[in-house]
Amino acid sequence: MKITGAQILLRSLKAEGVDTIFGYPGGSVIDIFDAMARHFSKDFRFILTRHEQAAVHAADGYARATGKPGVCLVTSGPGGTNTVTGLATAYMDSIPVVVFTGQVPRPLIGNDAFQEADIVGITRPCTKHNYLVGSVEELARTVKEAFVIAGTGRPGPVLVDLPKDVVQSKAEFDYPRQIELLTYKPTVKPYLPAIKRAAELLAQAERPVIYAGGGVITAGAHQELRALAEMLGFPVTMTLMGLGCFPGTHPLSLGMLGMHGTYRANMAVTNSDLLLAVGARFDDRVTGPVEQFAPKAKIIHIDIDPTSIQKNITVDIPIVADARQALAKLVDAVKKSGYGKKEREKLQGWHAAITAWRNEQRLRYDRTTDTIKPQYVVEKLYEMTAGRAIITTEVGQNQMWAAQYYLVDHPRTFLTSGGLGTMGYGFPAAIGAQVAFPDRLVIDIAGDGSIQMNIQELATVAQYKLPVKIAILNNGYLGMVRQWQERFYDNVYAHTDIMAAPDFVKLAEAYGALGLRARTTPEVESVIQQALEHNGAVLMDFVVEREEGVYPMVPAGASLTKMILV
Amino acid sequence: MADRHVISVLVENKPGVLARVSGMFSGRAFNIHSLAVAPILDTAYSRMTIVTHGSEHIVEQIIKQLRKLINVVKVQDLTSGDYVEREMILLRMRASGTKRAEIMQIADIFRAKVIDVTHDTLSLEVSGAQGKIEAFLELLEPMGILELMRTGTVAIPRAKKSSKISGSQE
Repeated sequence: MKITGAQILLRSLKAEGVDTIFGYPGGSVIDIFDAMARHFSKDFRFILTRHEQAAVHAADGYARATGKPGVCLVTSGPGGTNTVTGLATAYMDSIPVVVFTGQVPRPLIGNDAFQEADIVGITRPCTKHNYLVGSVEELARTVKEAFVIAGTGRPGPVLVDLPKDVVQSKAEFDYPRQIELLTYKPTVKPYLPAIKRAAELLAQAERPVIYAGGGVITAGAHQELRALAEMLGFPVTMTLMGLGCFPGTHPLSLGMLGMHGTYRANMAVTNSDLLLAVGARFDDRVTGPVEQFAPKAKIIHIDIDPTSIQKNITVDIPIVADARQALAKLVDAVKKSGYGKKEREKLQGWHAAITAWRNEQRLRYDRTTDTIKPQYVVEKLYEMTAGRAIITTEVGQNQMWAAQYYLVDHPRTFLTSGGLGTMGYGFPAAIGAQVAFPDRLVIDIAGDGSIQMNIQELATVAQYKLPVKIAILNNGYLGMVRQWQERFYDNVYAHTDIMAAPDFVKLAEAYGALGLRARTTPEVESVIQQALEHNGAVLMDFVVEREEGVYPMVPAGASLTKMILV
Repeated sequence: MADRHVISVLVENKPGVLARVSGMFSGRAFNIHSLAVAPILDTAYSRMTIVTHGSEHIVEQIIKQLRKLINVVKVQDLTSGDYVEREMILLRMRASGTKRAEIMQIADIFRAKVIDVTHDTLSLEVSGAQGKIEAFLELLEPMGILELMRTGTVAIPRAKKSSKISGSQE
């Protein structure tokens, strides 16, 4: 029996195991929404955001929290163009998201029709791949390909553009269970001789560091990573994207490295004689000038994406593979090599040096002030949630303080826009995570600038009764830029003062959420307490020290040891 | 150290594939000197020959990034082995009076064909490897080239010698 393209799409999504869709309707996708309401109301939970950008971020947050692809459905033209920031965010952080956009009917394509945009052309550089579906017969296979490409290898967003007349045409439905893509075959199995050589280097190291990134989380390799680190007795530092891939409270954890990394992490990497990089890509915010990054170290680099290897930095042993498979093989190889107590004892001096760095320069802030320190808020959130919340962040100072003071122990519980650095990401991502895990505590750690970039989503939270908590570290500035202006631009605060802001408490109330405010340090705890006890959405407005900075800080372009400490 | 590399790329013959390839080059600030593309015998696929300049490190990235594109089937850096390359050019010369004979003479040496002629112009077709084309243009340029069309380089790797022969050479 022939069915419409709209039904083919929805049955394909069902076959992929999709049960949640984020999006926004419009003229070009009205048939899909109609079919969803009439025939698939029990199959999908649809979350109507208030802006398409938020729909993609929510799908992205859903994907990061669950590991399953996030799905998004929006209309043509502006519906599609509004997804661009969300796609670019997911692309930079390798997040599996499949976005379906409406398109004008095929005969109108290229005619500058109403709500027409060449969304495939626009999103080509910010998707892993994209499609314009040419006929209803191609639709099911295209959906299958989209999910395969989004979710395998180095994951990423895929966009599928659906002309309205394709969605309205009919065809037989036959969903391919398995497909072979001639031109897409990611390498997942490690090259064993390289593993063997890597294991030999690991055994010889005297000042080793494991540098772990988001790829460990993507691959679900956190257990293998922990097993390897513990077996070897190697310290582990994480990138921003890697937070949670190794327990932040583990004795071997060095915390985050890079521009706002810990003193001990940056000192350890710089002085290391061996660096094992896993699922990380030597981003400029991590390395500083590459020639001064880990200058004495032999480098082993495990990554599933061959383009990440030898891109920014020359490595000694490249291993293109899935991080989980590669780490499992490394664990085996190290076991076989007879690595044991004697080798671990050899590292005592190195651990002592790291402890000394740690004691020399701990993360710190002035704890005596009555004015609220933003770090204190994050620390209190950490304590009072026992580190068990799913944290999302916006971008800027709030993000760095969250990364420094909320010690994440589990993967997929710290969701942040690392690569693109998208302000406005955190709140919709929290919505996505909350939809995925209705019973978990989800907190967006936000700034007063970032939160205003997608604050309209308070309506989404109200509509679906999502108990998302927002903690605004409100300093009345675009704080990170202000900090740079203070440090590097002679205190000329060019257009970073945003004191003209809404009353966030009243705003929350206007949307039907609970609004709370703390103005002094002693009030912080009770505000958090009330928020945690409240069943619904809460917006906490913490009026914090206006000119607090994020430290340590490596100035852009300086080597990791050139940290500004306070 | 910006060496010239000739890269042969087999792609699916689908809409937008050229844009994906050229967009990757521009987006990552890689250089394209020339690009020639047409379907191969099996018209489901096209072959691109791309000439680019870059250090080993850059060319390695170019090749990896090309392989990463979903529609790309195969990428070969022909410069790393033995290959034959050709470019065809069409050009129109100012060719009045005594100049005409001189141009014809040069054309003859380079085995160029006259493809169009008027009272005061002469149009030529010539093909060859990069060195020949450049030498030809260098000679003709002072004589007044009115228009120049170039196809960009196409190239093919030389057939592999049988393993026996290559074995005996070692």
